[in-house]
Amino acid sequence: MALAQIKQITGRGVYVPGDDIDTDQIVPARFLVSVTFDGLGKALFYDARFTRDGTPKEHPLNDPRFEGASILLGGQNFGCGSSREHAPQAFHKAGFRAIIAESFAEIFFGNATTLGIACVSLTRPEIEGLVRAIAENPALAITVDVEHLEVRAESQVHKCQLKPSARDALVRGEWDPIAQLLEAKDAVAQVKQRLPYTSW
Amino acid sequence: MGKSLFQKVWDAHTVRTLPDGRTQLFIGLHLIHEVTSPQAFGMMRDLGLGVAYPERTFATVDHIIPTAKDARLRPFRDNLAEQMTVELTESCKKFGIRFFHENSGNQGIVHVVGPEQGLTQPGMTICCGDSHTSTHGALGAVAFGIGTSQVRDVLSTQTLAMAPLKVRRIEVNGTLGVGVYAKDVILHIIRKLGVNGGTGFAYEFAGSAIEAMSMEERMTLCNMSIEGGARVGYVNPDETTFTYLQARPYAPTGADWERAVAYWRSVASDPDAVYDDVVRIDAREIPPSLTWGVNPGQVIGIDEPVPAPEAVPESERANVVDALKYMKLEGGKPIKGQKVNVTFIGSCTNSRLSDLREVAQHVRGKRVAEGVKALVVPGSQRVKEAAESEGLHDVFTQAGFEWREPGCSMCLGMNPDKLVGDQLCASSSNRNFKGRMGSPEGRTVLMSPVMVAAAAIRGELCDAREVFSLERS
Repeated sequence: MALAQIKQITGRGVYVPGDDIDTDQIVPARFLVSVTFDGLGKALFYDARFTRDGTPKEHPLNDPRFEGASILLGGQNFGCGSSREHAPQAFHKAGFRAIIAESFAEIFFGNATTLGIACVSLTRPEIEGLVRAIAENPALAITVDVEHLEVRAESQVHKCQLKPSARDALVRGEWDPIAQLLEAKDAVAQVKQRLPYTSW
Repeated sequence: MGKSLFQKVWDAHTVRTLPDGRTQLFIGLHLIHEVTSPQAFGMMRDLGLGVAYPERTFATVDHIIPTAKDARLRPFRDNLAEQMTVELTESCKKFGIRFFHENSGNQGIVHVVGPEQGLTQPGMTICCGDSHTSTHGALGAVAFGIGTSQVRDVLSTQTLAMAPLKVRRIEVNGTLGVGVYAKDVILHIIRKLGVNGGTGFAYEFAGSAIEAMSMEERMTLCNMSIEGGARVGYVNPDETTFTYLQARPYAPTGADWERAVAYWRSVASDPDAVYDDVVRIDAREIPPSLTWGVNPGQVIGIDEPVPAPEAVPESERANVVDALKYMKLEGGKPIKGQKVNVTFIGSCTNSRLSDLREVAQHVRGKRVAEGVKALVVPGSQRVKEAAESEGLHDVFTQAGFEWREPGCSMCLGMNPDKLVGDQLCASSSNRNFKGRMGSPEGRTVLMSPVMVAAAAIRGELCDAREVFSLERS
């Protein structure tokens, strides 16, 4: 189960404004009624993007200028609320490989990292700088350098924040931890043995 | 130097440190439901993995199961909902996982079922593919929500990879006012500390007001830790905890009980435990609270006006304007008097027997206002049965409330119970996000169950203390 080492991501950006963007907005609950994650890309921000009859509303993700973007920019506490992995799955299936936000909700951050989506933090003024730049030139190439903790776009170079464990996991190609977890069978059995749990 | 409960439990469950620095953590109890687990079993099929310790996972159905009696007949009308339930049923059968299905008499919302069965115990690590797993911290467990890939990890290894959290002790001291409940306490805490104030923290709730709470009140409190950004919330185990657990189906018995209680006592935070942060709140300053906006930190007391955009810091203004627009409220005006269309008493926050008893004593002999759809959805089949044996269902139905079968119901708009258009719902649930209750324009106002009941009776947002003439007994 060798995973790709994710050292840097380069792509075009799109900005979805607002703080506290919750996972109910990212994928409304009715799209969770499914036994797979297939087809979630089109559910992304559905209620903000489409009317009830499916007519597109004004939304950055419906704007042809930002089509093909792979880096999403957001505000504070991005991905708060429900633990639904459907949210990062939807980003991934829609082609997003990095999210730049002021801060992330913890469960979303973990779920996204496990899918190999880099979630890095910049300050609000830094994000605003990038947002202005992509508004002027939607084709602008943004680089999220996971290895060196930097976000670069033309003349803008910003140091970004990323939990050291997430950075290491991405760079080492160990962002999905299942292979490591499976290695420690005996140690797991010992811990279980040691804990004074009620046997069921 | 003393340790907090969080540190003790974390250390006891540490298997090893992973190459990226995270901890491989043993999980003592894993709870699964029909919405976030079918995909995990699918991933395991693809990887050829089995279930490592099936006796430590329990399943139920809650998210998509209809709550109207006739709609629960199988197959469900919604094909996909049926398929998800079948998938869970078959996976449980295949791997030997115990399943509290809808004909078991034990089905219910996963965070109601765990504690009431005695599965949730102090000192455990508990996971579920649901962010409100923090609820189980009420019994002194370290419990948190996980994504579906992690459900796969826990099923196949009984462990997961996680970075440790810091611990913030939140002390609430003093006596709560009349008509102020655990729900008001947690709404007030989120209001003070923010919806992301708890990111990176486990919340330890303490102080005399918390110690005085019943186990079910503590569940309400811990349930909404995640709404404050804290993935984990807990209360140190004490006599209230042990009394609650005694004689529950999966609790230890006989000599095992004595040993267990001794262990449970030992996991409580040491008196000299060191915390990363401490916050103190005076219980007397907490009003009956409710949300006015689109996140659970947008909270006011029932007597306060809705915030005016010009009165908030510039950095928050855009969010306030957006929330007011969505909620169709005017800044600076009272929230009291807003018409409600639907009222919902239920969810993993407030659907337990004590919630239903508290509400029933106030609505007895009163009537739900004309045109209001009022739902009471007990948290589990056990809660429903106990409530019915006390005649609470009659009190509710005579007052004009619908008495439903157990499930998540309106809380998340995944089953037939949904808002329509821009209906406004007074709700005892935990999230007031845009579209949360199944209608993209639907509006949710969070509050205690007694406040919800008052709104149902008056047909508008109002002060339960006035409606029910609440006085200190």
